[in-house]
Amino acid sequence: MAVSLLSPFTPQALWALRAGDQVLLSGVVYTARDAAHARFCDALGKGEPLPVDLRGQTIFYAGPTPTPPGRSSGSIGPTTSVRMDPYTPQLLRYGVRAVIGKGDRGSAARDAFTANGAVYFVAIGGCAAYMASCVKSVEVVAYDDLGTESVKRLTVENMPLIVAIDTLGHNAYVDGQARYLRDFATDIR
Amino acid sequence: METLRTITSDEIAECVARLCVRACNELPAAVYALLCAARDAEPYPPARETLALICENVCTAAAQPMPICQDTGMTVVFAEVGQNVHITGDTLENAVNAGVTRGYTEGYLRKSVVADPFRRSNTGDNTPAVLHVRLTAGDRLKLTVCPKGFGSENMSRLAMLTPADGLEGVKAFVLETVRLAGANPCPPMMLGVGIGGTFEQVALLAKEALAELREGPHPDPFYDRLEKELLAQINRMGIGPQGFGGLTTALSVRIKAAPTHIAGLPVAVNMGCHVTRRASETL
Repeated sequence: MAVSLLSPFTPQALWALRAGDQVLLSGVVYTARDAAHARFCDALGKGEPLPVDLRGQTIFYAGPTPTPPGRSSGSIGPTTSVRMDPYTPQLLRYGVRAVIGKGDRGSAARDAFTANGAVYFVAIGGCAAYMASCVKSVEVVAYDDLGTESVKRLTVENMPLIVAIDTLGHNAYVDGQARYLRDFATDIR
Repeated sequence: METLRTITSDEIAECVARLCVRACNELPAAVYALLCAARDAEPYPPARETLALICENVCTAAAQPMPICQDTGMTVVFAEVGQNVHITGDTLENAVNAGVTRGYTEGYLRKSVVADPFRRSNTGDNTPAVLHVRLTAGDRLKLTVCPKGFGSENMSRLAMLTPADGLEGVKAFVLETVRLAGANPCPPMMLGVGIGGTFEQVALLAKEALAELREGPHPDPFYDRLEKELLAQINRMGIGPQGFGGLTTALSVRIKAAPTHIAGLPVAVNMGCHVTRRASETL
């Protein structure tokens, strides 16, 4: 059964989540991919403020297709998260509370989630027409020159997500594959 | 002397534009059939739910219409040009790029190409396409557009194995590629495997094996057995749809082999996701 959640999150709301939980996310999230992450960390390194205050906020690793006339969003979905690993510890220390992407993380990024009480959510990749129906508005708020990679403020409604890494460091990839191989795969061996 | 058939560069551009939009919005029926079969055969309930959502998304995209995946890819185009075709107006390359510009702009597809690997400014219209041209007999021009997403493209690998590595070496390389890819290429994956040729040819063989979406078994029983064995082994790994565990790690393995050098055994795996797209038309 999926839990309904609102972003931005309180720390307490995230503590209650466990890897593997299904979530329906509503509220505000900010898109940022490779190029925006590089700029964020460059600014933080120089002690400059980010163009958007992301403390306490949720980042969605996504670059949507252009919004066609009459629609609230183009197709949208997660990009591969591991590419954001080099930037993740710094951004979580800065105060980003949750991120949404796809695929497992490297060990430094995994540790950064537990160290900062942050959560890694995963959206199903390649379901972008379906996901678009969960996005109610898209507004570019920074780095417009990056095109699809600009930072966008999205309002979302009941976006289906899975908790991939929880605040205690449990990992739904490791647990899910182990559970399948232990309980379901015996008949095909 | 045989007569030449004239095709204008505008006709080519129009065709490419149409194919870009169609490829991004409509999954080939053969891939959709594989997804539905995998959903029905998947024993692990969370994996079955994921596959059901993936199938539903394909229908939503076609009905809207809008892109199945937000990564509408770098545009790989195969042009099979009959030797009796005379292209008038602009060059084939310019015509294809004009088509990509039109398709990606008017079709509201994502522009995902940067002009330089280091300076990384977006070209703004998804050009240039990656164009592969082959001359064929006759007076027709066949265009195939394969938008290639990079979640899966990044997980592709190539190795120059030696004859002593043999069949076992190739199998181990393919399986290692899948293991290293894990959840990243949006499983269930589709694999194009090139074997033989030279360094650059083996990569193209892998791309073609993925792009052709051959239906039915490999015509060579040796490679038919190898494809089936690799698929079975991949689907024993337990990675599952999106990497959260399950039977369905891959939907297909397609091999293309070619003559190679006495000293070599090149192998390349072009990784495809569950949105392995293509659209084709003959002018």
